[in-house]
Amino acid sequence: MQMPEPNPAILAKKAALVERLQEVLPGDAVITDVAETRAYECDALTAYKCPPLAVILPASTQEVSDALAICHEMGVPVVPRGSGTSLAGGALPTADSVILGVARLADVLETDYDNRFIRVQTGRTNLSVTGAVEEHGFFYAPDPSSQLACAIAGNIAMNSGGAHCLKYGVTTNNLMGVTMVLMDGTVMELGGAHLDAEGYDLLGLICGSEGQLGVVTEATLRILRKPEGARPVLIGFDSNEVAGACVSDIIKAGVLPVAIEFMDRPCIRATEDFAKAGYPDCEALLIVEVEGSEAEIDEQLSLIEEIARRHDPVELRQSRSAEESAKIWLGRKSAFGAMGSINDYMCLDGTIPVSQLPYVLRRIGELSAQFGLDVANVFHAGDGNMHPLILFDANKPGDLELCEEFGAEILKLCVEVGGCLTGEHGVGIEKRDLMAHQYAPDDLAAQMDVKDVFDPKWLLNPAKVFPLDSSDPRRAA
Amino acid sequence: MTPKTEAELAEIITGAEGPLRIEGGGTRALGRASNGARLSTSGLTGIELYEPGALTLVAKAGTPLAEIEATLEAEGQRLAFEPMDHRGLLGTAGTPTIGGVVAANVSGPRRIQAGACRDFLLGVRFVDGQGRIVKNGGRVMKNVTGYDLVKLMAGSYGTLGVLTEVALKVLPRPRSTGVLRLEGLNDAQAITALSRVLGSPYEVTGAAHLQTGPNEAPVTMIRLEGFENSVAYRAAELQSLLAEFGRFTLETDPEKTDADWHYIRDVAPFHGRDGDVWRISVKPTDAAEIVADLAGAEALYDWGGGLIWLLAPQGSGVSAGKLRAAVAAKGGHAMLIRGDRSRATFPPLPAPVAALQEGLRQKFDPRQILNPGLMAQGETA
Repeated sequence: MQMPEPNPAILAKKAALVERLQEVLPGDAVITDVAETRAYECDALTAYKCPPLAVILPASTQEVSDALAICHEMGVPVVPRGSGTSLAGGALPTADSVILGVARLADVLETDYDNRFIRVQTGRTNLSVTGAVEEHGFFYAPDPSSQLACAIAGNIAMNSGGAHCLKYGVTTNNLMGVTMVLMDGTVMELGGAHLDAEGYDLLGLICGSEGQLGVVTEATLRILRKPEGARPVLIGFDSNEVAGACVSDIIKAGVLPVAIEFMDRPCIRATEDFAKAGYPDCEALLIVEVEGSEAEIDEQLSLIEEIARRHDPVELRQSRSAEESAKIWLGRKSAFGAMGSINDYMCLDGTIPVSQLPYVLRRIGELSAQFGLDVANVFHAGDGNMHPLILFDANKPGDLELCEEFGAEILKLCVEVGGCLTGEHGVGIEKRDLMAHQYAPDDLAAQMDVKDVFDPKWLLNPAKVFPLDSSDPRRAA
Repeated sequence: MTPKTEAELAEIITGAEGPLRIEGGGTRALGRASNGARLSTSGLTGIELYEPGALTLVAKAGTPLAEIEATLEAEGQRLAFEPMDHRGLLGTAGTPTIGGVVAANVSGPRRIQAGACRDFLLGVRFVDGQGRIVKNGGRVMKNVTGYDLVKLMAGSYGTLGVLTEVALKVLPRPRSTGVLRLEGLNDAQAITALSRVLGSPYEVTGAAHLQTGPNEAPVTMIRLEGFENSVAYRAAELQSLLAEFGRFTLETDPEKTDADWHYIRDVAPFHGRDGDVWRISVKPTDAAEIVADLAGAEALYDWGGGLIWLLAPQGSGVSAGKLRAAVAAKGGHAMLIRGDRSRATFPPLPAPVAALQEGLRQKFDPRQILNPGLMAQGETA
């Protein structure tokens, strides 16, 4: 992965930069010790590492604004960082950048149950937002699998999804307002406790912009009342095609499950060995969860069962209790851990039209044979968001590169069938150089025009999202 | 000018020597009238792709909304954001197009639960003011590949580019609908009741209060959708939650429940009546107080109070300045939907937001030829 050469002029003014940052931030909020900055050298895409010039941990919007203004004036790049759980290298530093961590911005500012929102500082973790309102029976819907650790700031930057977005949408559908600081230190409010902000939908534009347009310090999030209950049904099939057809039929029948999860044989086998959830020995498995009162759940699950039976399932197991539900979810939830116990793995994140599912799975199988690397598929089938897990051996020279090449082929396949490179993890550096497969030069130019407006010097989160050759002239300008 | 292809449209824009007035079906004549040459998207029509099993539909921008709704209906699906029909309110004629719906981010009563038009917009193609053909997003439900220009285009009223194609997420039509109604509540009581039901687990998909209902009396209406048994169950639960307000009636006749919500969606109480019509977005619990400050005006509350439709008759003393001040004091925004066009239409923006908006406009339409009068800062004076 090519990164720009660190700018020697910036490296040379480190001392002056640190001195100015210390004027506006408390002493312990500016970290320059090489041993300490190492903790920020990568995110969850650990294959790429680079210690930053310095790390700052501001504790207020004003401190963020002051620090950004200084970096802007001195021409120093800034990499915003939530909790560092990005799987796409979205928070990877460059050697000449300052990491701006939002970890000290973790307060709940306001909860309003009548108007159904919560306002938080964005360093707060996703799960603790729900934690702040669940006593009153409410929850925050987007639930990325890293929700215990990931910060709202990162969720907004990457427009995070989760297992339940078929029904509740992703971050952008649940974000009502933000306080944002531009690279030059300008503080602004977008949206708020009311719906549909005035003017252009800048809130929609910044959500998913990977921290390249501004640093979001506060967010107003929609909260919802928890459903009365939820229960899944587990359905096994003897082919991926049949499972795919069943997903389509469930959706067409007018039931809107809260989640439809799909696992293929390699994934079922690995999780069985690891978690012993008692999954059937079959080619493909669906977990379909619905919500409501007991009677409502029964009615929906019966309908789903009726549809599934038309596809000759090899196994059909409806949960009748919380214990049974937990057991059905056990394997799915430990899928990643199971893979990790076998080998190193790379988790992909393309999205495809649901109708292309059988074809794409077949092609992935063929590619797997061609590259000589095993792959297991686990994904959100209702919305076509796939997470193929490619197994490789990090200690074997050349294996990582081979795995990356295989991954790129799968993502190109997703684009080819009408899908996209990333459904919820973001582009970061991981998929940066694949962008030209999805977008024509004018498509990318239009996106980079937006970057020019928000951050004319291209200092925020450098070298991400856009292929370097396409952004070169703008970064140099 | 009515181009038949995207390429033809791009040629027209590239070669344009003066301002262009972009039009879909011409039914949503919002904002200050532009005096450019008319450029219609009504020649770009047709549903390109519809996959009911994937809940996705792709159509050219000039496709009549009615054609899309009929196609979805045949498969038991619909546009869940329930776009309003502006013709009755604005006194316009013509055929609403899907591109017009997207360009104005038109959403109806179900916005409170299902989301706005922009939440269902998966992808766009458009020609910007430089004549560039741009695509963004796609046809899949989850997509974070690059910046989200899809949202930027929704509600930008053709000022950044002319839409040529849109991809939408659609949803199943529910098997049944139930509407709980109660007459006689005052505004504050009604909004308290609506907040309570929207904060319940019963998935209310419509929550409105009309100061003047179809029977002349104030009426509060709550909509539930889903399987028949489930609607009945939730209606009973809501009734007990709202016991202190009185006895609601439950209507489940599909024709009547549809008529009820079209009445609200299209702001029917204000059709054919004189006066300015404002569309105000606020925090629901602020709504009744704001309306009380604007004595002389009549209100229809949707979105549990979060959306106020306000009719300010001539001589009511409700001026644009007074209204904007009342809204600004609480937080929110107001747009003049119908009225004297010489006055501000779009809400004023804070300076840093206005600067970004202007910057985007300069990038996408450097010659300032696309709907130049609309959403401009001059208009928000």
